Amino acid sequence: MSEFDLADSEVRVLNQVLHDAGSTGQTISVVNPGGKHNVAAGAQFDTRVNIHGHVGYYCAGMNKNATITVRGNAGPGLAENMMSGSVRVKGNASQYCGATAHGGLLVVEGNAAARCGISMKGVDIVVGGSIGHMSAFMAQSGRLVICGDAGESLGDSIYEARIYLRGNAESLGTDCVEKPMRVEHVEELRALLDQAGIDHDPSEFKRYGSARKLYNFQIDNVGAY
Amino acid sequence: MCGIVGLYFKNPELEPQLGSMLSDMLIQMTDRGPDSAGVAVYRDPIQNRAVKITLQGPDDVDWQSISTKLSDGAADVISLTPLSNHAVLIAKAADAAQVDLTVGWVESNLAPIKITSVGTSIEIFKEKGLPDQVIQKFDIRSMQGTHALGHTRMATESAVTTEHSHPFSTGLDLCLVHNGSLSNHNQWREKLRKEGIRFQTDNDSEVAAGYLTWRLGQGASLNQALESAIKDLDGFYTFAVGTKDGFAVLRDPIACKPAVLAETDDWVAMSSEFRAIAQLPGSDTARIWEPDPAKIYSWEKA
Repeated sequence: MSEFDLADSEVRVLNQVLHDAGSTGQTISVVNPGGKHNVAAGAQFDTRVNIHGHVGYYCAGMNKNATITVRGNAGPGLAENMMSGSVRVKGNASQYCGATAHGGLLVVEGNAAARCGISMKGVDIVVGGSIGHMSAFMAQSGRLVICGDAGESLGDSIYEARIYLRGNAESLGTDCVEKPMRVEHVEELRALLDQAGIDHDPSEFKRYGSARKLYNFQIDNVGAY
Repeated sequence: MCGIVGLYFKNPELEPQLGSMLSDMLIQMTDRGPDSAGVAVYRDPIQNRAVKITLQGPDDVDWQSISTKLSDGAADVISLTPLSNHAVLIAKAADAAQVDLTVGWVESNLAPIKITSVGTSIEIFKEKGLPDQVIQKFDIRSMQGTHALGHTRMATESAVTTEHSHPFSTGLDLCLVHNGSLSNHNQWREKLRKEGIRFQTDNDSEVAAGYLTWRLGQGASLNQALESAIKDLDGFYTFAVGTKDGFAVLRDPIACKPAVLAETDDWVAMSSEFRAIAQLPGSDTARIWEPDPAKIYSWEKA
């Protein structure tokens, strides 16, 4: 196991290690992140990264294969465009975590701020607490699980992503509707909660998704243009 | 993009370290705002029946001759303390009317000298250049005080000059720093001019400051003024407002501009990013949170 002390070492040096095949199978401990940007961004290989402290913008961005844990809070853009692997934050995450992410699992044990999972493209996101406004905006695919409440305009203009919400949404966005929880959804949700290590009864959740009314132009609206 | 920092002490034993702690925070915000930097420091409150005014001049300003002009003019000068191209004037002022007279006299008779702050404890120092250069120029690290705000500017809406730099004074012992951009500032500048608010620049943040000055002048409390700002000012913002006894923080409802708050038994701090707060002793165990959109947070001495 190697250790990076970001109080006296550049983030770039840490990230280069994660970009090299030699990091496969390693466990790397990162101390004194001090809110720095881009910590553990662009990891490519099956590496475990344990970050002890709070990180700034774009932590674990573009992650592929690596398992990254932040024992603290994360700034804006956590796990943006993640491809695979997993990212876990023990504290809270700031705005647009998991934005445009294609795959992998993102777990925020605390709360996530505005625009969580915006334009998500296949990632699974599990939030132990609540999330802010405009979350899952234009979300294309993947699953977003919220164990607390959601802010305004949840799932606005959503495509085929699925949202599981345990609490209440301040409001639903355009074209986002509640849908029935069938057996396969309960099973899917249970598997996601198990993967995230968060203990809740799936029957307490509601499912939301696209009403698919924005997919095609409504000729009746032509006068509005 | 810009950077904001704010620091307010709950434990008065930290007051000698205000300047150095704030400077450490401000330097962390250098890459959010390398164009110019400024600080508002609340220190050495003056006695009754006087006013403290921070003056700002060109680099070759002769403060001795300014002092003479002030004494020959309307002001009853108690002291004029130069700090590079800024100086802190303390003058006798029996009441609010006399404060207005002194401010008005300086504005009409001392060009190109400008006023950056008016009050009883506030002092504002700001300048083009990197935060570290500005900190050194005004020896910010040596400053003691109760609380302070700082700003690093990356201009998006108007020119890079000292006059366009933050903090902007918004009234007695009040100032504003802003990260973001306002879209209806031209409209509001014209409205506020008709209401008698004066502007030194075409800067959008100065309009936000002028807006608060106007609302407060109408008798609104700071919270009421900020509440109405949410309705009237269109754009993106994280505002930090320095007050005589503390500071307030407000983000717009869309909240795309960052802000972090942190609190310990000794201090309350705010910043655009955690890495500024990470410089403070005790930050590793501080309570840390992101302020909610369109919600006013404020601290003041009990």
